[in-house]
Amino acid sequence: MEDDLIIGGNRFSSRFLLGTGKFGNKEIMRQAIVDSGAQLVTVAVRRIDKEKSTENILSFIPQGVLLLVNTSGARNAKEAVRIANIAREAGYGNWIKIEVIADTKYLLPDNEETLKATEMLAAAGFVVLPYIHPDLYFARALVSAGAAAVMPLGSLIGSGEGLKMEMMIKILVEEITEVPIIVDAGIGKPSDAALAMEIGADAVLANTAVAIAPNPPLLAGAFARAVEAGRMGFLATGQKKEKPTASASSPLDGWLGK
Amino acid sequence: MEVTINGTKHQLSASLNISSLLSLLAIEGEAVIVEINEKIVKKDFWQTTFIKDDDVIELVSLVGGG
Repeated sequence: MEDDLIIGGNRFSSRFLLGTGKFGNKEIMRQAIVDSGAQLVTVAVRRIDKEKSTENILSFIPQGVLLLVNTSGARNAKEAVRIANIAREAGYGNWIKIEVIADTKYLLPDNEETLKATEMLAAAGFVVLPYIHPDLYFARALVSAGAAAVMPLGSLIGSGEGLKMEMMIKILVEEITEVPIIVDAGIGKPSDAALAMEIGADAVLANTAVAIAPNPPLLAGAFARAVEAGRMGFLATGQKKEKPTASASSPLDGWLGK
Repeated sequence: MEVTINGTKHQLSASLNISSLLSLLAIEGEAVIVEINEKIVKKDFWQTTFIKDDDVIELVSLVGGG
């Protein structure tokens, strides 16, 4: 059954995205990418540090895998745009995961600056995937601004806490139908990824959980299968899901203008 | 002359092009992205672009990230 993920007009048969940070060594990372089947992997841009490994990460990314350069390190829209331009001008393509983070304790995305960066980069022809709080109105604003997908956090980056934001992500799944919803951050176990897909997310991105596992390639494969299983479950149940609804506690009429 | 490279001030004795600057710093060029005063200088122009006094140079590359 053909069930491709389509982002910015590109088709992907895999619905699992893998981050490349924190791997013990690049060869293990390469094997994990291969075993994950990921067709889209994230990378970051940093100053050259001669104290650290000077191996070129690109030599360890399998052919045919698309780079999604993140703007981590950016504290505002201007810095995110600068990183995106560096990546594009250096020849690393125009796929950008916007990550604008102003605090180092919770690593939460700054929605306001993320929206500004999305507007600027989408207008400049980038394929823009912003990392966000799963907030409905904000996600709608990003779609209007030209985002090619939205990437709501499951829980805090690197926490492995799973899908703490499940209810809010369900609302996005229900309401944001124009672009894919890719659950990012906090995915600690394959079952978290399966759950995200079961509730109707279009794809899942994991990094830390895989990178720090005793056997990253094995866990990468497990994530890929969990994503596939969750997707099949979602499709097989007729996309039936518990739809979140609110019930007003204050009267809904009799207010100004009504 | 004085230039800033990745946030640190450096004294350079003679005017250098980017290729010789990278050799001087023992940085292999393959995966380096060079930005001078917030403008990318592509590899094709490394021989012909000379560092000037007060230049702010960023030498960056892709690394693992989520």
